[in-house]
Amino acid sequence: MPDSPAGLRTAGGDVLLMVGTTKGAFLLRSRTGERADAAAWEADGPHFPGEDVYALAFDQRAGRRTLWAAPGSAFFGTTLRRSDDFGATWTGKDERPVRFPEGSDLELKRIWQIHPGRESEPDRLFLGVEPSCLYESTDGGDSWAPVEGFLAHPHRQRWTPGAGGMCMHTILTDPGDADRMLVAISTGGVYRTDDGGWTWPARNVGVRAEFLPDKHPEFGQCVHKVAHHPSRPERLFLQNHWGLYRSDDWGDSWTDVANGVPSDFGFAMAVHPHEADTVYIVPLESDGFRCTPGARLRVYRTRDAGASWKPLERGLPQEDAYETVLRDALDVDSARPAGVYFGTRSGKVYASADDGESWTLLRDGLPPVVCVKAAVVGAA
Amino acid sequence: MTQGDAEINVTVTLELPGSLRDLNEGRPTVELRAAPAAASTTPSTVGDALAALRGVRPAVYDRLVTERGEVRTHVNLFVDGEEIRQTGGLGTPLAEDARILVVPAVSGG
Repeated sequence: MPDSPAGLRTAGGDVLLMVGTTKGAFLLRSRTGERADAAAWEADGPHFPGEDVYALAFDQRAGRRTLWAAPGSAFFGTTLRRSDDFGATWTGKDERPVRFPEGSDLELKRIWQIHPGRESEPDRLFLGVEPSCLYESTDGGDSWAPVEGFLAHPHRQRWTPGAGGMCMHTILTDPGDADRMLVAISTGGVYRTDDGGWTWPARNVGVRAEFLPDKHPEFGQCVHKVAHHPSRPERLFLQNHWGLYRSDDWGDSWTDVANGVPSDFGFAMAVHPHEADTVYIVPLESDGFRCTPGARLRVYRTRDAGASWKPLERGLPQEDAYETVLRDALDVDSARPAGVYFGTRSGKVYASADDGESWTLLRDGLPPVVCVKAAVVGAA
Repeated sequence: MTQGDAEINVTVTLELPGSLRDLNEGRPTVELRAAPAAASTTPSTVGDALAALRGVRPAVYDRLVTERGEVRTHVNLFVDGEEIRQTGGLGTPLAEDARILVVPAVSGG
């Protein structure tokens, strides 16, 4: 096994990039002004070598600087680990704080999403797990419990796993309403609560299920990702297993916005940190091939909420690039201009320091990338 | 040894792979006193040994057994050279001084 990583020496204003792979997690840092220079990035890892890391998060609320990671072993199950020193040490080795309750007849397969939650509730965090369920902590992550209303969801027995597993991959909170949340699962679709998690009606009207006899069921859609900007939380963007959608009413209805993209199949989706109508996606050719169309690696960006999409390709390979970018392998930092980052199943990590206009290859030869999270580190 | 020869309470040794030894203070084995439920007249089993493990090394137990009380899919437990799924699962009887070998399945990429 590789030597234990030392952790990153990180200062306020640095950009932190967390990369989860099927064989461990890698941490990278750069000064904001040097993001476009691959040589300026310091790297640290692999953390949790040999384990897959599908979920990472950086929680800076209430003065914290906490990294969260969910390493999973194909043999010995999934854990949840935290670091308050940028990876020099991780707590939680001996703990299994996330488990299904006895009698549920469920067992934890994987943690797919770690969501720090609202700024106004700094001790509240959420997890999306497989088999699909939402977990909540109200003590800063020391303890976790399933959200009962979702655990007992009446649709549970009729959800079926996608190719990646029966996963809850998206958690969105309403900054202004502590009782409202939206989650997405694959397959199952979008669900929203307006009563603090007690009930979760499906919110899939207009989203098609290409692979089912009924193309527009109440639920059962294979939603791959949903994203929004906190300044306009009711405006949602959805990358579906075939289909690209927008909702302006918190998911009550969805409209197709696949206007000018080479394929409406894909996984990853991220909203610009400062522009609620600017969204990034990486279309893939089909559910059968799942590689970039025409072997050209291109990120697509809309700046008008999906009315039009523009390919971004400067610095990205435009031939023989049979790449796949998975649902959590695309993210933005909060700098100006925004940094945009993505990783590929072939182990490459690309960065843009100019809102996606141009790209730099940061790393090559990593294990398959399944998660990318970016942040600007606040002042200590 | 046949099931009829097995004692009710036995001391057994659990042998861990290298990847789990840091959860056992770096040691390769755990000594366990496997005892069936009170008033039982049946011999101790692998399930009893794992129950004892849960008391002394809960982190190791969690790596081997799911919330549903089942041995994880990609974990194999061998008793006297036989994988327990072939010999009665968690009900596999244990003799005094038996050794339970934990072997991660050969799988994955």
